[in-house]
Amino acid sequence: MTDDRKDAAALAAGIETVPELLAHALRIEEDAEERYLALADQMETHHNAAIARLFRWFAGHEAEHAREIRERMAGMALPEIKPWDFHWGDAESPESVDFTAVRYTMDTRAALGLALEAEARALAFFQRIVEVARDPEMRRWAEEFAAEEAEHVRLVRAEIAKLPPDDGQAVERAEDPDPPNEPL
Amino acid sequence: MNEHPAPKRKASDYKSEVKPVWCPGCGDYHVLLSLTRMLAASGTPPEQVAVISGIGCSSRIPAYTNCYGFHGVHGRSLALAAGLKVARPDLTVLVMSGDGDGFSIGGNHFLHACRRNIDITYVVMDNQVYGMTKGQPSPTTDPEWDSALAPGGTGIRPFQPLVIALASGANFVARAFSGQPNETARIIHEAVMHPGFSFVQVMSPCVTFRPEQAAWKDAVHPAPVEATDDPARAARRIMTDDGFNIGVLYRGDRPVFDPHSGAEPVPLSALERSFAL
Amino acid sequence: MGRHEEKASFDAAGAAAVGERPRDSVCIAILGSGGAGALTTGGLLLEAAARRGLYGMMTRSVGPQIRGGEAAAFVRLATRPVACMADRFDAVIAIDWRRADRFADELALDAESLLIGDPGKPGDAAAAPVPESLARSGARVVDIAFADLAAAVPGGRENMVALGLAAGLVGIAAEELDGLIAKRLGAKGTAAVEASRAGCAQGLAAAAVLPVRFPLPRPEAEPGPRWRITGNQAAGLGAVQGGVRFAAAYPITPATEVLEWLAPALRRLGGTLVQAEDELASINMIIGASFGGVPALTATSGPGLALMVESLGLAVASEVPIVVVDVMRGGPSTGIPTKSEQSDLNIAVMGCHGDAPHVVVAPLSVGDCRLTTQWAVHLAETLQTVAVVLSDQFLGQSQAVIAPPEPEDFGTRRKVLPRTVEGYRRYELVGDSISPMALPGITGGQYTADGLTHGENALPSSRASDHRAQLDKRAAKLVQADYGAHWAEIEGEGDIAILCWGSLAGAAREAAERLAEAGAPVRLVALRLLAPLRTEALVEALGHRRVLVVEQSHSGQFLNYLRGSGALTGETRSLRRPGPLPIRPGEIAAAVQEWRRS
Ligand SMILES: Cc1ncc(C[n+]2csc(CCOP(=O)(O)OP(=O)(O)O)c2C)c(N)n1
Ligand code: SF4
Repeated sequence: MTDDRKDAAALAAGIETVPELLAHALRIEEDAEERYLALADQMETHHNAAIARLFRWFAGHEAEHAREIRERMAGMALPEIKPWDFHWGDAESPESVDFTAVRYTMDTRAALGLALEAEARALAFFQRIVEVARDPEMRRWAEEFAAEEAEHVRLVRAEIAKLPPDDGQAVERAEDPDPPNEPL
Repeated sequence: MNEHPAPKRKASDYKSEVKPVWCPGCGDYHVLLSLTRMLAASGTPPEQVAVISGIGCSSRIPAYTNCYGFHGVHGRSLALAAGLKVARPDLTVLVMSGDGDGFSIGGNHFLHACRRNIDITYVVMDNQVYGMTKGQPSPTTDPEWDSALAPGGTGIRPFQPLVIALASGANFVARAFSGQPNETARIIHEAVMHPGFSFVQVMSPCVTFRPEQAAWKDAVHPAPVEATDDPARAARRIMTDDGFNIGVLYRGDRPVFDPHSGAEPVPLSALERSFAL
Repeated sequence: MGRHEEKASFDAAGAAAVGERPRDSVCIAILGSGGAGALTTGGLLLEAAARRGLYGMMTRSVGPQIRGGEAAAFVRLATRPVACMADRFDAVIAIDWRRADRFADELALDAESLLIGDPGKPGDAAAAPVPESLARSGARVVDIAFADLAAAVPGGRENMVALGLAAGLVGIAAEELDGLIAKRLGAKGTAAVEASRAGCAQGLAAAAVLPVRFPLPRPEAEPGPRWRITGNQAAGLGAVQGGVRFAAAYPITPATEVLEWLAPALRRLGGTLVQAEDELASINMIIGASFGGVPALTATSGPGLALMVESLGLAVASEVPIVVVDVMRGGPSTGIPTKSEQSDLNIAVMGCHGDAPHVVVAPLSVGDCRLTTQWAVHLAETLQTVAVVLSDQFLGQSQAVIAPPEPEDFGTRRKVLPRTVEGYRRYELVGDSISPMALPGITGGQYTADGLTHGENALPSSRASDHRAQLDKRAAKLVQADYGAHWAEIEGEGDIAILCWGSLAGAAREAAERLAEAGAPVRLVALRLLAPLRTEALVEALGHRRVLVVEQSHSGQFLNYLRGSGALTGETRSLRRPGPLPIRPGEIAAAVQEWRRS
């Protein structure tokens, strides 16, 4: 895991029932979708169309995952959890790209790198639950989610692999020759 | 603020269609997220909430919400909010602005808002810089920070918002970090629920003019001491503050400002009588 | 068209009184120092006269001390309502003459005047003769030993002796004073009442030996109801009449009494007043309250108005109705806080940065502070803009005995969004340019009020088209408004027009009356609405007359404003003087006659 966040694991102990786990799993996807949409908007506002498109594409995927989870748990009542009562063991839900990590001049490699970190965090989150869960049903769900996240990690890696080789010039390219504005 | 049980609202219900113009990477995006999450959790209908701001990058926030908002002039947001809350006690009033807006040009209002103890919540998005005007030192900037306007640094001791808030009589004092949006939402929620004037300093990095603030996310830590209702203990805790303690510092129970007499209004003729000879 | 203009300058004391009618009006100054109670005496005299059926007004002048300084009450009593002080004083009553000097500029005296006072005993620390600056006028000096007369009565006070003397001077009887004393001092106990009555009796007896008295006839018919009120109180009354239920302010002379009246009044009406930390706060507090739907007002004076200017622009741009009462005093800077001047016109009309059209109105008399402030609330609320009321120290702090000023039913209603809507646009370009305002709480009405240039949807915009459209909108709504007949008071016919505004209407009207009686009538045009200026109506009201522009400012702010507007199309003269000395009716009449002769 390239992320320097604290190990997501410590928290998982707070998740004790299947409905709680499902509420977390669903929120992970919802948050991730929301985050990608917000990032896509940011990139559009700052005229980075390529990355905006990429983030919007990720948002679509996360929405799809959320829909799948909702389908699978149809009929199951999930607990109402306040945003701050989720057990992420971290500042945010694991699959949300860190708002502060993005730049308006970022390139595809950087964006995919952030997405990869996010997927890897989600994977680690579910793996930890697999490790600590005592209820077999809960473990089964967590394994399933972990398998999915592992697949996402693989997919993002594959996308990164398709990129032209890193020429080491990304930082230079990201430089904005214009001075900042002062709109107010 | 009352807890509103129904209907269920999502954070996105509190966001407007307007796309923020903040720099990608700015901590203020997180603050907006915290705000909408905390409002959704409280269930307060957006039309019952007013978000008041001054001028600055951070002060752009009202229009990004689906609440009533006022983007006023630089430094006067607390006064505007005070008038609104006194006139409309039924509303949930949040003031959200920057460290320049709140501690420099608006510093006097900050003191008196703390003293007056009107039931509003003041969230300062503190990036220790004037973002909007291209990176000048603000009252909370460290003295050595080099900038065009203060080459070699200001050499001036930074303003201590928590100390001032406590000393001036704020009824709830807390610090949050934007990079922890859920914790920030929790703290702001508690601030809103707490009667009287609540002050929350949210450390919110400016990616453009203070890129070194990226290190904040590793520097912050939960405050080692529990929140207290004893101002003396809170003051002692602040004395050992490294600037990165996150959490609620002080919860007071001072009487909340309420100038309403509650009496049945008299007809105007009753006032005229005093002039008659 | 050639405009001919001359600047005239006048000296108050030197101005010839034209047709002064001293005996239906008497003007008395009561002086004292070190807690002598001159102001209380003046107030009691005014009230005693009012009980007799007379009218009148009282202004005051004080030294810089908070307490115990020298003080003067200037009281004018008359058989009809008066709206200014007279040209000259009939009598000065000095409880003592110490530091009476400082009032010399304000005391226009002549050989017909009386200087009545207590010179004290030689060697006495309090002894002081009539100051040379007053004696120079040639007025007759009458020594009355107020201290001795008071000492002859157990618990007697000199100011009560002075009250008795003043009453005797204008023909008020002992019984009439007794009733008043019982009413005003009853709370202090019977001994105090008795001492005061006895003191007054001493003064009344002393009045009998004066070489001349100026008795005012008791009106034949019982006069109708009358009020004793100051302009600051009347402004407060007008405000609540207009619907104001929130006020925020920072104390400042001479506006503080507006707030002191409003604080308990609003409380009783279910509203609130907040004492702000400064004027930057008070103006923003009222903007916040009004944004919430509660009509709101602040009162201040020049220095405070200067601090508020940025936020006046905010209220204009965000179209939030507010009312600011500016009780003007001498400026610039701290200026002369206790004295009147009409020198905030420029800042009130043109002080805002950017193009920020708003309403500026000025009350024309003490009683008119009620109507004009109520009207200001009406205009602000219905036009969703800023209305500034330019009162002044003279109006604000003068006590006047007047017929109760009638309120008017303007049918004031802010255009608000009545219920849940969809697709709401706060700043929509509607026919009358007044777009409905959503108040917090209305579902679907959410918008962010903004000082940034915005589009119809209230979102920030820096597009030329949005900027232009919203500037047009805010200008147009003021132009299309119906200001009715209140914009000015227009009276009389004549070859010359006296053009004035605000508090000078009182002196100008009295000048016009005298000129008419002297067979030399003029037209009087007194502006209540200063912005937006009704230029066409004003040109019509002035006709082809020569125009004497009268104002209390040094640079001719009013004159320059009128010139810039194109309202002055013919021959113009300026009669102007800065504060603190008021422009008296005789000066105005004299300026008219002098122009006619030249
Ligand atoms: C009266 C006035 N003075 C100066 C400015 C210029 N100005 C706009 S924002 C700002 C500083 C904002 O700093 P801060 O409140 O810290 O907000 P940030 O942009 O950092 O979020 C200044 C000085 C102004 N708008 N109005
Ligand atoms: S300049 Fe700084 S504070 Fe302003 S939007 Fe950019 S990152 Fe945020």
